[in-house]
Amino acid sequence: MKTEITLDGKKIQAQIGKPLIDVASDHGVYIPSLCYMRGKPCLGTCRVCSVRVNGHVMASCTVPVYEGMEVEVDAPDLVDMRKALVEFLFVEGNHNCPSCEKSGRCELQAVGYETGMMVSRFPYRFPVRTRDHASKYIWLERDRCIFCQRCVEFIRDEETGQKIFSIDKRSTHSSIEIDVKLADKMTPKQVKRAADICPVGCIIDKDLGFNKPIGERKYEIKSIKERILKGKTNE
Amino acid sequence: MSNVVKNEIASHELPATPMDPAVMAKREEKIQVAMIGLCGCWGCTLSFLDMDAGLLSLLDKINISRASITDIKRIPKRCAIGFVEGGVANDENIETLEHFRENCDILISVGACAVWGGVPAMRNDVTLEACFKEAYIDSPTTVPGTKPVIPFHEDLPLITSKVYPCHEVVKMDYFLPGCPPEGEAIFKVLDDLVNGREIDLPTSINRYD
Repeated sequence: MKTEITLDGKKIQAQIGKPLIDVASDHGVYIPSLCYMRGKPCLGTCRVCSVRVNGHVMASCTVPVYEGMEVEVDAPDLVDMRKALVEFLFVEGNHNCPSCEKSGRCELQAVGYETGMMVSRFPYRFPVRTRDHASKYIWLERDRCIFCQRCVEFIRDEETGQKIFSIDKRSTHSSIEIDVKLADKMTPKQVKRAADICPVGCIIDKDLGFNKPIGERKYEIKSIKERILKGKTNE
Repeated sequence: MSNVVKNEIASHELPATPMDPAVMAKREEKIQVAMIGLCGCWGCTLSFLDMDAGLLSLLDKINISRASITDIKRIPKRCAIGFVEGGVANDENIETLEHFRENCDILISVGACAVWGGVPAMRNDVTLEACFKEAYIDSPTTVPGTKPVIPFHEDLPLITSKVYPCHEVVKMDYFLPGCPPEGEAIFKVLDDLVNGREIDLPTSINRYD
C-alpha cells in the first residue's frame, strides 16, 4: 500500500514499510551508507545514512516508510553530520588510501568523495591493530575495518550456515575475527563475494590487488552516487 | 654539543645579482605564491608542475616565490598563498611550517602526508627507538663488522616521536588530499583563489590516493 510522505519538502508516493533509504534513492535522493545493501536485512551499524524524520535524527536504513512522514535529507546540519560520521571512520582506524589494494573500489573512500571530505576534523588515532593472514585465501587487514558487520551477517559457511567472520570484544578493543577452518572451506566465488561486500579494504582476496590501473577503477568509472541512483545497488 | 659560532652562511644570505628593476616592479604587483615540502616525497610539487599550460595562464597574475622550483630559501615578501606538501616529522619541518604560517595569508595542506601524515605516518605504530633500531642498528644493510651508529649531530634535524599532519602544528586554511593530487586539482584551487572565488573542488577530481 502506498502513502504520501514529504522528502526534502517534496510530496512523494511511497510504499508503506519500505526502507526509507531505498525510497529516497528511487526518487533521486542519494543518501550515503556503508553498511546497508539493498535487498538485504538492515544492519544499522554505520549510521552514515542519518536523516531527520519528524524532527528526530535516525539512520534511514532502519526506518520503514509510514504515513505522514516528514523527511529531511539535505538540511545543512544533516549534511555536515553525515560528513562528520565519515570523518570519524577515517580517524578511528588506519585508512591509508595510497597504499591500499581496495583504493578506487572502496566504498568508504567513494562515500568520502560524495560527502566532500578533504580532511578529518578529529585527531587521527593511529591505533595499533595486528593483521591476520592465517587463512588460505583471505588477508584480514584489521587497520581498515569499520565494523559494518556485512561479512558477519551475509557470509556464512555454505553447509552449516555458521558465521565465518565475527567481532570480538567491545568498543575500542573490538576486532574483526575470522574462523580459519571455515574460511579455508570457502569457494573462490564466496571469497570474491566477501571481498566485494567489504566496504573497505579489510577483507582482501589474496590473489587480487592493484589489478586495475588508476583511472579505470570501479568508482572512477562511475561514482557510488550514480551507481545507487541508477543501478539501485553499488555493485 | 658545542656553542662555537660556526663560520657558515646560508644560501639565502649570499650576495645575488640584482634583477632588472622593470621586471622586479612587475613581479611586486603580482599575487605571491609559495610552496614547500616537509616530510613527503616531493610528488605533490611535481603535481604542481603538472599544471602545465594551466600554470602559464596564471603567470600574468602570480609570482612563484619560495619554492623548490625557484630555489628561493626564505620567503622574501609576504605571500598570499602557501602550499605545503608533507607532514611534520622533525624540528626543521616545524620551523619551516611556522615560517610559512607567519608569512602566508592562506596556507593549504597538499597531499596525504600534509593532510594526515601519509606514508611517513606508518611509523606512528612503533616507538621512535624501535624505528631507529630498525633503520640503523638491525638494518639488513648494515655493513658486517662495523659499529652501527644512530646519526646525531647539531646540524641534523631532531626527529619527532610521531609524524603529525600540518594542521596539528599550525592552523591550515584549506586541504587538498591525494597522493599526489592531480595537477588539475591544484590548478582548480589556485585558479579559484587567484580569481577571488570560494574554493570548490568537484567530487570528480577529489582523490585520496
